Amino acid sequence: MNNPQLATLPDFTPALPEIFILIMACAILLLGVMFKDRDWAYPLTLFTLVAAAAITVLTSVPQVQITFSGQFVDDPMADVLKLMAYFATLTVAVYSRPYLIERGLFKVEFFVLVLFALLGMMVMISANHFLTLYIGLELLSLSLYALVALQRDSAQSTEAAMKYFVLGALASGFLLYGMSLLYGVTGTLELPAMALALQAGVADQPVLIFGLVFLIAGLGFKLGVAPFHMWVPDIYHGAPSAVTLFIGSAPKLAAFAFTIRLLVNGLHPEVANWQGMLAVMAVLSLAIGNLAAIMQTNIKRMLAYSTISHMGFLLLGIMSGTFAGYAAGMFYVIAYVLMSLGSFGLVVYLSRGGAEPGLEAENIDDFRGLNSRNPWLAAMMAILMFSMAGLPPFVGFYAKLAILQSLVGAGYVWLAVVAVMFSLIGAFYYLRVVKVLYFDAPKPNAPVYAAIPDVQALLSVNVLAVMLLGILPQPLFTLCTYAMQMTLQ
Amino acid sequence: MTEGIGLGVGLLSLAIWVPIVAGVLILMTGGDDKSADGQRTLALIGSVLGFVVTLPLWTGFDTATAAMQFVETAQWVPAFNIHYRLGVDGISMPFILLNSFTTVLVVLAGWAVIKQRVGQYMAAFLIQSGLLNGVFAALDGVLFYVFFEAMLIPLYLIIGMWGGPNRVYAAIKFFLYTLLGSLLMLVSLIFLYFQSGGSFEILAWHRVPLTMFAQTLLFIAFFFAFAVKVPMWPVHTWLPDAHVEAPTGGSVVLAAITLKVGAYGFLRFILPILPDASREYASIIVALSLVAVVYIGLVALAQSDMKKLIAYSSIAHMGFVTLGFFLFNPLGIEGGLIQMISHGFISAAMFLCVGVMYDRVHSRQIADYGGVVNTMPRFAAFFMLFAMANAGLPGTSGFVGEFMVILGAVQVNFWWAFLAATTLIFGAAYTLWMYKRVVFGVIANPQVAEMKDIDTREFVVLGLLAICVLGMGLYPLPFTEVMHTSVDNLLAHVAHSKLAY
Repeated sequence: MNNPQLATLPDFTPALPEIFILIMACAILLLGVMFKDRDWAYPLTLFTLVAAAAITVLTSVPQVQITFSGQFVDDPMADVLKLMAYFATLTVAVYSRPYLIERGLFKVEFFVLVLFALLGMMVMISANHFLTLYIGLELLSLSLYALVALQRDSAQSTEAAMKYFVLGALASGFLLYGMSLLYGVTGTLELPAMALALQAGVADQPVLIFGLVFLIAGLGFKLGVAPFHMWVPDIYHGAPSAVTLFIGSAPKLAAFAFTIRLLVNGLHPEVANWQGMLAVMAVLSLAIGNLAAIMQTNIKRMLAYSTISHMGFLLLGIMSGTFAGYAAGMFYVIAYVLMSLGSFGLVVYLSRGGAEPGLEAENIDDFRGLNSRNPWLAAMMAILMFSMAGLPPFVGFYAKLAILQSLVGAGYVWLAVVAVMFSLIGAFYYLRVVKVLYFDAPKPNAPVYAAIPDVQALLSVNVLAVMLLGILPQPLFTLCTYAMQMTLQ
Repeated sequence: MTEGIGLGVGLLSLAIWVPIVAGVLILMTGGDDKSADGQRTLALIGSVLGFVVTLPLWTGFDTATAAMQFVETAQWVPAFNIHYRLGVDGISMPFILLNSFTTVLVVLAGWAVIKQRVGQYMAAFLIQSGLLNGVFAALDGVLFYVFFEAMLIPLYLIIGMWGGPNRVYAAIKFFLYTLLGSLLMLVSLIFLYFQSGGSFEILAWHRVPLTMFAQTLLFIAFFFAFAVKVPMWPVHTWLPDAHVEAPTGGSVVLAAITLKVGAYGFLRFILPILPDASREYASIIVALSLVAVVYIGLVALAQSDMKKLIAYSSIAHMGFVTLGFFLFNPLGIEGGLIQMISHGFISAAMFLCVGVMYDRVHSRQIADYGGVVNTMPRFAAFFMLFAMANAGLPGTSGFVGEFMVILGAVQVNFWWAFLAATTLIFGAAYTLWMYKRVVFGVIANPQVAEMKDIDTREFVVLGLLAICVLGMGLYPLPFTEVMHTSVDNLLAHVAHSKLAY
């Protein structure tokens, strides 16, 4: 009992948002069990997210705080990503409400699972230790497996959940194995300590590289980049659209933080070794994502492949191994989450039949002639597609510009050329969606969508943000640069 | 140098934003056609206002200096040192006026013809017009790129929504083709940013030393970006498709303005930033230009579709422009610029003439016409004038540019001039033969017999263009005067090797 670390309690302040979310998630679960006939889960979830955002802002300090014996870190990057994650989760909750009600899924389980997944993301974002990272990842993954299987009587969803679970478990195994090898080499699981140990040089280089390969393979699975991308289209396609909306947005923030913590905070001395692997994965993702997306007729599947290519682009930024690249990566992931929320959000929003409940709008064909049915919805979808294709004046353009700039700045001009050439291929399938929206005549019995005010308002805000950040991107750049600077000191 | 109006907003900003704001306002009035009349009026007001704000650019222009005028600078994205930097010189200023003028014509031309989604049609053209002004006024690499790319979006929608039967194919082909070029340019812009020590200012790039290797790679990238837009042979194949399928207004904007963006890029980027590579590879450009003039001229002869014929003739005429630019003498470059402006008037007029007939008969095939002069005498007179101008008749604007380029070419190489001069024969051949088959002869079918002559609106549109074509043909001095100093300055700059720095 003489150990001072055990004698005093750890500093809880940096982890207050996590603690709050945990308490609220449990409370919502209990309330749901006790008062079955009340719909408290939805407003309480919204309240939780807003309150968590307030707590995060209030407890934010412009420095790196490490607590829980070096397991947990709170820094500006974590705060920014967490705030973005709250926003994404809140948006998901709002967008999916009509969808869930129509399918009888508007239950407490959805919101509790989403909150637990969010907690997992937050732990990942704030992890300073291999174990914390792993715990956060598993909490996120397990919640997501359950969410995918939420629609119990849908064979497709069950299959997707099963697939997700098996592949996710495999990836976790890879990660754990890589972590254990690295532990064997460096003797520590704490990320900054590992960086110091690697800096000093390790005796057993082959084991180190071996561990690194496993680690990056596991990372690749979780990010969903080629050649570990197989699960992405199936899960995106199979899951209920509202869940796809969630999987496709907020977890990308956590995956980005995961990559930065692992590769930059922990393994930066080995940059020369992981750069090559990342470059290969990035180029493969761009190729497979963009080429395979062309052939899709299901918009969820198409967007899944587009996610793969976007993650490839993101990896290119991190792969450059420079500060500019990491900041660009952060900008990219935030921009991507905004675009992904909007596009999946529209899919969810349009997946309603009115007279015919349960109607999905998941084939590209279902969007035919949307412009003549509802010009504003069509315009929003078109803006999102152009933004994803990287066209100005939308935020996707600056995201790509930042990454390309970091690549050229680090001397990888040829990679930049490869990346833009795949963007060109990518432009085709985004254009095809715009073509369907504007050039084609609507199907004869296509539904006319009545506006749901709150959802449509948030969607509009979402899309206008994509456009405004494309015209005036500086604030977001400043934020990302500042956060990265504070984090990497 | 900022010419302020009212709240200190510069003229160039007004030229860019007035049409865009008007377009957005039109979109906000709703997507259905209940308020179509109001939307048309709003579009006309917006386009006329957009033209009026560009007039002081001409009247207040100082022809004695080659420096940028009406300059506006503001920080935009400090993280990358990107500025909102606008300015025009004698090379770019005329195109802003041309573009704003054409927009008025396009709004008028689509007045009665477009019946579906009128608001979106008008808004697309207005927004497009503002973006094009931005392309010509931008002095920052990224700002240029933003306008350059963003203008693809409205044009894509215009072709795809209001075009002919094969419009989807044409729209996507047009978009991907031009995107290919611009994406390579984006990487080049970023490369230049690092070469110039962290600046996106185009004028600063003019002074950046570059090795021959770097210049060659940049030349290829920029060449792709701009050659596709011009379009030069052999990357021209998107143009006939896009032209044929686009609605009349779309064809007019494509031919009159969008093609000029490519040629303008040659003068703003390739020649001054890469002078050594430009001289080194000039012969290749000249060869491609001559192929365009001769071969495409022959291709035009074989067309049975009027719009396609004019599209091919556009390619041949633009071949003159690129030929003139790479002669490296004042006559050549000024001739090329004059040819660009003149082609803006003439091709716009030709497409509008075809549009007038198409609105009545709904066919673009030459074979479906004959004897139009009997039913539409006033129209036939206008069409005659524009056909002659297209063939390069002295006294019309079409002659001035071609003649200057040919004179410039003689100074460099007689055979180039000889080949270029064949256009006077081919141009006359395909244009006048088409004219003869469409307008003269006996009335070919009942549809032609029922054609009504042009109404006041069409008369005004064609009349305005006729004044421009004749005015510029008879007295081109004001145009060359505006350009002269800037062109001399450009040539002096190009003569200076960048390798020696």
